[in-house]
Amino acid sequence: MPRGIRGRGIRGNERAAGWLFVAPAVMILGLFMLLPILMALFVSFTRWNGQGSPFTGSVPFAGVDNYTRLFTDDGLTRHDFMTSIRNNAYYVFMVVPIQTVLALGLALVVNKRRGFFRTAFYFPSVTSSVAISVVFLFLFANGGAINAILAVFGVRGPQWFSDPRGLVHLIVGDPPAFLVEHSVFGLTWWDWLSGPSVAMCAIITLVVWTTSGTFMVMFLAALQNVPVQLEEAGRIDGATRWQLLRHVILPQLRPTTFLVVTLGLIGTWQVFDQIYVMSQGNPAKTTLTPAFLSYRTAFRDFDYGAGAAISFVLFLIIVLLTLLQRRLTRERD
Amino acid sequence: MIRTLASRFLGYAILIFFALVFLYPFVIQIANSFKTEANAAANPLSPIPSPFTDDSLTRIFEGTGFPTWLGNSVLVTVVVTVGRVLFGSMAGYALSRLQFRGRKALFAGLIAAMAVPPVVLLIPKFLVLNQLGLYNSYAGLIVPLLADATGVFVMKQFFDSVPVSVEEAARIDGAGVLRTFWSVVLPMAKPALITLTILMFTGSWNEFPHTLVAVQDPSLFTLPRGLADLVSGSLGSGTQYPLKLGAALLATIPVAIIFVVFQRYFVRDASAGADKG
Repeated sequence: MPRGIRGRGIRGNERAAGWLFVAPAVMILGLFMLLPILMALFVSFTRWNGQGSPFTGSVPFAGVDNYTRLFTDDGLTRHDFMTSIRNNAYYVFMVVPIQTVLALGLALVVNKRRGFFRTAFYFPSVTSSVAISVVFLFLFANGGAINAILAVFGVRGPQWFSDPRGLVHLIVGDPPAFLVEHSVFGLTWWDWLSGPSVAMCAIITLVVWTTSGTFMVMFLAALQNVPVQLEEAGRIDGATRWQLLRHVILPQLRPTTFLVVTLGLIGTWQVFDQIYVMSQGNPAKTTLTPAFLSYRTAFRDFDYGAGAAISFVLFLIIVLLTLLQRRLTRERD
Repeated sequence: MIRTLASRFLGYAILIFFALVFLYPFVIQIANSFKTEANAAANPLSPIPSPFTDDSLTRIFEGTGFPTWLGNSVLVTVVVTVGRVLFGSMAGYALSRLQFRGRKALFAGLIAAMAVPPVVLLIPKFLVLNQLGLYNSYAGLIVPLLADATGVFVMKQFFDSVPVSVEEAARIDGAGVLRTFWSVVLPMAKPALITLTILMFTGSWNEFPHTLVAVQDPSLFTLPRGLADLVSGSLGSGTQYPLKLGAALLATIPVAIIFVVFQRYFVRDASAGADKG
């Protein structure tokens, strides 16, 4: 960046001004992001139950117990935590591919068209997650709009938010005995494999519906940068529309696709608002996610140590994904 | 010729199908806000309320905490937006333009802060608010939201892209850093400031998880928190969907208006995100 030659006085002035200008932001982020993270790290090694202050020395120290309870000790804590990991993994595997493909598809159909459709597809992503969850609760209610539409096609819709059966379970039927008899990390093989519940599928639908618009806009920006000459050259060579898409446009969109997929992977591990409003982890814990479980463990069960430990494991998962993304992005450039 | 007509028709059919998928839920929301509870349960898909009633709106304003939540939301949104835009542009300017010790380290810290997922901060934020005695107060609701790492980053990127010559001229004329910032830099940064304001407005208007760990008293609820409370059963008997949908609708209107008026800024913002990677 070019910088002019400045006098000594201005420089001295700048040093003080620099700190003055960053001070408010630094103080707030330090006090309400950095400091709390350190405090929570400390609490994750204690058995604080919410009474008084956790920093007085009267709170029992737990060592790494809160972490071993999540991974190695057989018990309810591990069962719930592993269930939340299972649920969130299914959520990630469904949401990320569907929203990426849908966003790309929407971008391709609205590209070079005027504003109305763009606005329509993008609007859901700027609305409040809580407000939109209320609308989807109504749509997926037992006698609600979704089941009314399904009835038109002769399908009897499920009771969306009270049906804990997994998708795989619904398709395959009852599990073979050997899958139920053996378990890993406190859950039977069948628990791991039976798929996201019907209730989780309703939440997945909502999230795909709200986020596709955001990613569509990213794809649109990238499409604008595809050189017109490339497309024209392909067309002159007699390529069909499908061939143009497959061999000319998609390769040009690779960096954006990569970004959309990785942002999706990072974002989907953070699902919280929709779970809180729509299901609170029910039915039968099939919509419990690590983010919601850490909240529930701390603020409903008053086990702040375990709640904080769950937060840090989740933090680690997300940080690893973020580092991976930044690293791969840098290599690509 | 026939093929292009057919494919054009197919293109529009797909567009209209998806437009329905994305917009009809809002139509259902609006229509059912003005239905009776029995009608909403019997005909959830119908876009026409019969009979039409604004009974749920009356009950929202007279039978729930909605007016209080609305007031709190306006207060929080205004203060937080002003704070984030001001502090964000100050810090962004300093990181982009001013030479001071620790600047590189601060920028690295900022990049790290942007990677911290908000949901893992729920328990941490509660701990600090509890320790500082700010839990369940307006200060606890507002102050932690006043600065935002992404806002600082957006402004730094903006200042990096603007040539320094204008400010240099002002500085040579003897204006101090503060004067230059206030009367030369900020007016010049107007487009970025508008984008940032919109981004921060929608962000703070829709903010939910923070309110969950910052306040407990219904008189301190914002709209998203109050809505979540309505859904989790504070209404008493029945599903009361017209009332819930109406309250959600009212909470969506301000963002919808901003979205329609400033649409091009939203799009610019999202594509700025695409360049970031």
